[in-house]
Amino acid sequence: MASSVAEAQQEREELRSMVRGLCEREVPLAQVRRLMETPAGDDPAVWRRLADLDLLGLVVPAEFGGSGGDLLTLVAAAEELGRGLVPGPFLGTVGLAATALQLSEDPAAQQAYLSRLVAGDLRATVVAQDQLGRWAPAAPTTTATSTGDGWALTGTSTHVVDAVGADLLLVAAQAAGGVGVFAVQTGAPGVQVEALSTMDLTRRQGRVVLDGASGVLVGSLDRGREVLERTGDVAVVLLGAMQIGVAQKLLELSVDYAKTRFQFGRPIGGFQGVKHRCADMMVRVEMARSAVLHAAAVADAGGSGLPRAASLAGSTASAAAVRTGSDAIQVHGGIGFTWESPVHLYYKRAVGDAALLGTVADHRDRYASIVLDD
Amino acid sequence: MTVTEPRTVTDVEDLARAVVARVDPTSSSREEFMGACFDAGLAWVHFPVGRGGLGLPGSMQSAADRVLQGAGGPDPFRQNPMGYGMAAPTILGHGSAALQERHLRPLYTAEELWCQLFSEPDAGSDLAGLATRAEKSGDEWIVTGQKVWTSLAHRARFALLLARTDPDLPKHRGLTYFVLDMEDPGVEVRPLRQMTGDAEFNEVYMTQARIPDSHRLGEVGQGWNVAMTTLMNERSAIGGGPAMEDTGPIAQAVSLWRTRPELRSPVLRDRLAALYERSEAIRLTGSRLRGGIGSKGPGAEGTIGKLVNAELNQEIYEFCIDMLGPEGALYGSYDTADETTAATLPLQRAFLRSRANTIEGGTSEVLRNVVAERLLGLPGDARNDKTVPWREVPRG
Repeated sequence: MASSVAEAQQEREELRSMVRGLCEREVPLAQVRRLMETPAGDDPAVWRRLADLDLLGLVVPAEFGGSGGDLLTLVAAAEELGRGLVPGPFLGTVGLAATALQLSEDPAAQQAYLSRLVAGDLRATVVAQDQLGRWAPAAPTTTATSTGDGWALTGTSTHVVDAVGADLLLVAAQAAGGVGVFAVQTGAPGVQVEALSTMDLTRRQGRVVLDGASGVLVGSLDRGREVLERTGDVAVVLLGAMQIGVAQKLLELSVDYAKTRFQFGRPIGGFQGVKHRCADMMVRVEMARSAVLHAAAVADAGGSGLPRAASLAGSTASAAAVRTGSDAIQVHGGIGFTWESPVHLYYKRAVGDAALLGTVADHRDRYASIVLDD
Repeated sequence: MTVTEPRTVTDVEDLARAVVARVDPTSSSREEFMGACFDAGLAWVHFPVGRGGLGLPGSMQSAADRVLQGAGGPDPFRQNPMGYGMAAPTILGHGSAALQERHLRPLYTAEELWCQLFSEPDAGSDLAGLATRAEKSGDEWIVTGQKVWTSLAHRARFALLLARTDPDLPKHRGLTYFVLDMEDPGVEVRPLRQMTGDAEFNEVYMTQARIPDSHRLGEVGQGWNVAMTTLMNERSAIGGGPAMEDTGPIAQAVSLWRTRPELRSPVLRDRLAALYERSEAIRLTGSRLRGGIGSKGPGAEGTIGKLVNAELNQEIYEFCIDMLGPEGALYGSYDTADETTAATLPLQRAFLRSRANTIEGGTSEVLRNVVAERLLGLPGDARNDKTVPWREVPRG
């Protein structure tokens, strides 16, 4: 037992360094800067590379071309993608859509989409935001009406991560018989996806307007809410891992700068006002990492504790990343406020991600409702 | 069943169950039960065989503890906190075979309690600046000086003592580490009353106290290095925090929340949820780092737990006092209680006690330096006392 745990840990570390190498080689920060100025925002060749290395199918069963791994392993990869600010629809396609399809217990939908998704041929996301962009899987504002042989969907969701450029939307909608997940093709009539102009240029969000769009029910109306809620929690863990990657990079940039920037004849990292801030940054990142790894382990174990663990991971990781970002700007001083410095790119990612799939306040409120409320 | 050469967590559990079956902790004396645990190598599983251990990774200790304490056995750390957590690894790491043979077993069984004579009135954070003198006289050392903040000194049979043996060397190099017999006629213990009204700590005065040279731990002049063993173990002992979910100070705050619904408010709910999250995150971090460092012993990572838990404890008790409102201003009595643990204190007393958390066992300022310098590799503070003889360092 102990040795298999150690082996799994070893494999995760090997995967981590492989992904880090890929990010540094193929999407260095200069490339991220170029891509973030383009309309699409990401490089299809990089997405293809992620697919070739089976990063899109890490937790997908082998029958659909995946490698059937666990979330703890995927978390290691996600952390590195966050660290590299790698643009592309990983969160929407892998974190949300693949998770929802796997949980749906719908063989036809899995057959139709999972293999293509794993191969990098299908970009997708889950649409469960309301008109203000709040993640609301339990009470979707989009409605689904039966048309006899299918469903017609109407409603508006905004701040939908990775909606722009997606081929497939898995839309949470309220039907007469319950909440369902509906597969909607983005090219179909009645489907409109508009790009939002976001603070973080490395992760794209969209506004999805459905007006009688044709949808296919994925799974059942009995389990739709459960699938959507658990999908959200799994994606929060992956998003948390990406936040940890961002925070870790911000910490390293700050410590490196504090060691090499001289004022008053010494490296500024030798002054307690600076070094204590760096110490607090490290402590915060380590605590958040613990919360994310714990939530991934809870998800892998499959129990009922995921909402509590995911809320802890979501609020801790987002708060840590945002705070590490503001601390990093402060440690860098004037240079940290410039466009040239890399710090703002990570900071903006941290701030943008902290508003996806639940804010720190949302997660804390849910945590309180689980651990405190009667 | 018997395990001839334990290797796994299951083996350790089997061994512990065998001890419990042979010597029932609920019906035998503490000495008898703890003695059996020691002889079975379950005192510190990472210690060598014959010294209370099995030569296994330290991470397996919790498996033994779960069985032994689950069956009603005492918590060895609580029985003898300075002994179990700090003296034992120091004696093992730096003491002669004779000292190990003499001290480890009665220390574990808590027949002999230990205390630590480190801090002095003029040497707190700057411990290496301490002034207590030990002078060699034949085969003995003659010790004179004053120590302070000594827990359990009034009940301890032995002490870990750090003293200055050469004032003409720079401060870190003139120190030597000893085991002091607290029954020596040159040792006087006076209780030190603190702001809570309690007297958990003492002042210890040494006037011509005598220590055989054979009771030295490590070489003459190596006392600072030896003390690091003790201090890193102290921090990881304090810094470990509650190992179980929903225990420790946060459990007291949650209990207050549950039992006093009339005092609740949305603002307090938000604060308590945030404190709960931090308690969980640091608990998980403690487990993760302990697992990660394994038998390599407590590293600077232990300081993370100490740093966070100290500040978190304070904020948790501040929350409790705020939630109590006007009632928080009450204080049952300032009478001195002899033995106290925060978990059993009234909230107001625990609140005051927590002020010491960011001072004892390394101030938070010093710990942030440790994190920054040892874990992040940032430069040390500017200092003017490192290379000059201790005698010439300005004091006051």
